[in-house]
Amino acid sequence: MPPSSPDPAEVAVVGAGPAGLAAAVTAADAGLDVLLLDAADAPGGQYYRAPAPGLGAARPEALHHGWGTFTALTARLARHRDTGRLRHLTGHQVWAVTRTGEGHTLHALTGPDGRDGVTLRARRLVLATGAVERQLPFPGWTLPGVVGAAGAQAMLKSGLVLPGRRVVVAGSGPLLQAVALSLARAGARVPALVEAAGYGAYARAPQVLAANPDRLAEGVRHRAGLARYGVRMLAHRAVTAVHGTERVEGVTVSRLDPAWRPVPGTGRRIDCDALAVGHGLVPQLDLALGLGCATRTDADGSAVLERDEDLRTTASGVWAAGETGGIGGVRIALAEGELAALSVIADARGGRPPARAAGLRRRRRRMRGFAALMGTVHRPGPGWTEWLAPDTEVCRCEEVTAGAIRTAVDEMGAGDSRTAKLLTRAGMGWCQGRTCGFAIRALAGPPGPDATPGRRPLACPVPLTTLARTARSEDA
Amino acid sequence: MRRARRPDRDPARTPAGLAGAAPGPGFEITFDGRPVRALPGQSIAAALWAASVLSWRTTRVNGRPRGAFCGIGSCFECLATVNGRPNLRACLQPARPGDAVTTQEGNGHAALLP
Repeated sequence: MPPSSPDPAEVAVVGAGPAGLAAAVTAADAGLDVLLLDAADAPGGQYYRAPAPGLGAARPEALHHGWGTFTALTARLARHRDTGRLRHLTGHQVWAVTRTGEGHTLHALTGPDGRDGVTLRARRLVLATGAVERQLPFPGWTLPGVVGAAGAQAMLKSGLVLPGRRVVVAGSGPLLQAVALSLARAGARVPALVEAAGYGAYARAPQVLAANPDRLAEGVRHRAGLARYGVRMLAHRAVTAVHGTERVEGVTVSRLDPAWRPVPGTGRRIDCDALAVGHGLVPQLDLALGLGCATRTDADGSAVLERDEDLRTTASGVWAAGETGGIGGVRIALAEGELAALSVIADARGGRPPARAAGLRRRRRRMRGFAALMGTVHRPGPGWTEWLAPDTEVCRCEEVTAGAIRTAVDEMGAGDSRTAKLLTRAGMGWCQGRTCGFAIRALAGPPGPDATPGRRPLACPVPLTTLARTARSEDA
Repeated sequence: MRRARRPDRDPARTPAGLAGAAPGPGFEITFDGRPVRALPGQSIAAALWAASVLSWRTTRVNGRPRGAFCGIGSCFECLATVNGRPNLRACLQPARPGDAVTTQEGNGHAALLP
């Protein structure tokens, strides 16, 4: 395999979402030689996912919040790309990073069908790999027309399409409000937003709210927008059944007790032709775990990267910014991208991060306070597993039911998700447990204290020929 | 109570209308032989959604219908057979003029088996 560059870059940034973009342009501003790798063809990640150029969208900002921030970042990106200081490698899906000598070797898939492989080298690494949506299964969630809430948002932003005309939005977390509003603005009728937690819980942390007035204002704006479009807010409720045989025709919404157990006899049917559902986000940590970065459990119960105040992970020469360190939203991602870059610059040039870093650290702590509150409020209650029927599929790829996993646990002695997986194949299909991992852990129990969460040596499917070539080039 | 706006009765309120989209010329792809219109830059999944098609494969074990779910290439639910090639993620695959999308059954390789 031909090396793309004989000299390693001073820093490689993986992921061109808000955190990665901020990190890459900040590092390039300081004159560092930067590699920015991203699987997509255009920068922005999922948050700033833009309509494809062929769609000729004159008002992409209508689909987004903070579009001006994004265009300012991409303008800086373009300037650095033009001067050759920054190489933005689009269509590069990084599937593994290995530590080599003084730095890191990045392995990426490229080409129109992702079958070609390249290796690149960098002395330092900033991981800004973002997050995927967290899904809790429920009866009927595999029926066509049930789509991820963030998925519906992504398809709308990039392809200007809706999954249906009448779309119920359900799950938990503030993201749902943004999704419901986007769908309604784009012409969908959204009869209800079904939230498993309740927003009253935020009022119990007035000092956190007071420190983050922008988030409070955003919440008020969202609620007003939802009211304007006639979206009913139903709190402490969840979709516990989906109706339809070939596609969604309606859903049953049930009241939940504080532990998220459905209260019998409270089910009410809402007609719809699609359901957009999600329970927040979980960090994508494949590359970080492959490098041995330590994790901790965040307020919402998910594993996130352990980092110091300058966003260094526990692996030498590896920083992490944005959602990989805990789900917090775009403002944290932008601040952390910049802060990580300042630390990288100090590391590369010698010396300490500039005074600007202190301000970013303070802002970040304040915003992380709100993120922790958000994680606590919307953390799935332990009773949610009671809305599963024995024949509810938990693992969508391998079609493994809740009943099969419970049998593995109750009768075959599987005491953790790994054993349940080996006995049932839950989480062993195409997506490698990205969609069902959280649910399987809830049903089977957490791994032991020393286990690394969901470690996958390959961050995406890699053709065997590419793997074979990689092995040969590393032997050479 | 204030009367809520009825977006479904407003013909101008569409994703394309919202984004002020003036797409380049559309083109045709087929889904199981029937024509489906696609816009430049749309993924195959987006073109199918626009045509109200929500499922384009059946599962290996129970033969159940599935389509796009996560929308970002992570869940692999949207696998499709395109021009005879199975297991392509329709949410990542750009639609190209003349693409023949066919419902993918099982693992997509049944034609290879004796």
